[in-house]
Amino acid sequence: MNVPTLFGLCAAALVGLGLYGVITNPQPLRKILAFNLIGNGVFLLFGAIARRGTAAGFGGDPVPHGLLITGIVVAFSATALAVALLLRLFQATGTATLADDQPTSVESDNRDPYQVAEKLGVLRRAQSPP
Amino acid sequence: MTIASALALILALLLVAIAAWTIAARQTFAAVVGFVAYGLLLSIGWVALSAIDVALTEAAIGSGLTGVLLIGAAARLRTTEAALSAERPGAPLRWLAAAASVAVAGAIAIGVLSLPDPAPTLAPAVAEHLPSIGLGNAVTAVLLAYRGIDTLLESIVVVFALIGVWSLAPDHLWGGYPGPRQYADPNGILAYLARVLPPIGIIVGLYIFWVGADLPGGKFQGATILAAMWLLAIMAGLADAPPISRTWLRILLVAGPLLFIAIGFAGALTAGAVLAYPDGYAKLLIKVIEAALVPTLTLTLALLVAGAPERTAPP
Repeated sequence: MNVPTLFGLCAAALVGLGLYGVITNPQPLRKILAFNLIGNGVFLLFGAIARRGTAAGFGGDPVPHGLLITGIVVAFSATALAVALLLRLFQATGTATLADDQPTSVESDNRDPYQVAEKLGVLRRAQSPP
Repeated sequence: MTIASALALILALLLVAIAAWTIAARQTFAAVVGFVAYGLLLSIGWVALSAIDVALTEAAIGSGLTGVLLIGAAARLRTTEAALSAERPGAPLRWLAAAASVAVAGAIAIGVLSLPDPAPTLAPAVAEHLPSIGLGNAVTAVLLAYRGIDTLLESIVVVFALIGVWSLAPDHLWGGYPGPRQYADPNGILAYLARVLPPIGIIVGLYIFWVGADLPGGKFQGATILAAMWLLAIMAGLADAPPISRTWLRILLVAGPLLFIAIGFAGALTAGAVLAYPDGYAKLLIKVIEAALVPTLTLTLALLVAGAPERTAPP
């Protein structure tokens, strides 16, 4: 078996492992990690295909290599956004669950007493400041 | 079996084994550390596939910055782990997920084994036009000339991602400092490294950006190293990320993409197509664009790791 085929099969295994992790792991952070494994698998498959396209003195097709660099950077941005959403969920609710039967609590870090009171329904509209 | 293919086989098996560990590990922190090791092995895999530029990007961004981001999040979410692991789905769903995963992996494997021969390739087309651009590194030529539109949109996407992260700030923290303030022992090893490494790292980062025209490297890899040096100083408590309301910060964040767009549209007048370069000026314009993107990317990548504002803005 040659090297590109070997890494192609490795990529297939990574996608499979990542998919299993995304479905079964209840922790959002682990889902993000597993999603990165799927992404790595897709990238590695693309890299193996690029390696097969060796020609004109290049070690691999440079067009997929360029697209892969773009892909890795975009995957990082998406991961950073997902982690920020998760940390915000944790700050706002004190938990990081994705289960939809969890009660939503008032933001623990909200220091504006008026907003907290409004959310709790303590204040009436008539009492609102001008 | 040659030594090279034997090493590749060991590498592929290690990759799958560590990937399985990051899925199966009980503790999230252990899984994330496994993911960093896996990312470094994966960059060796890229070298085995003769994709040196991708290997540098994977080591710097895929493993390094993603690792820092996930380790930081794992540490902050540690208290939620026990409650969440109780939500683990039952055996039937897990078996169903396993069956679906095996089916998807199997379908991809069948695809890999039945790829067309000879493989399609754009390498001759790139080689044919490379002299007219004047770059020695074909991957940089692809990124900034043949597929310039991808790189332009990507440089905008990272800034959009940062705006997305910032927009998660509660109203009263808008404009404030990103993330918690970091403290470390001023005489400890972290503070020591944060003083010793950045001078070397900044040189290495700028060098990797500069040689990207002719050798493996480029703005993404160089900017990531620069961002890592800044993050190191932030984590050691020697520096602090700027409040997101700073005008200089916002100007630098959009300067790179704006210059890229300006040069791209100027190409419509001078070279007959958007994102085309006039004859003889391709290499110069590409280095100008890359040089303008380095500060933007350095700030964006570091601030994506620093996260949403969590401390109030200064008066």
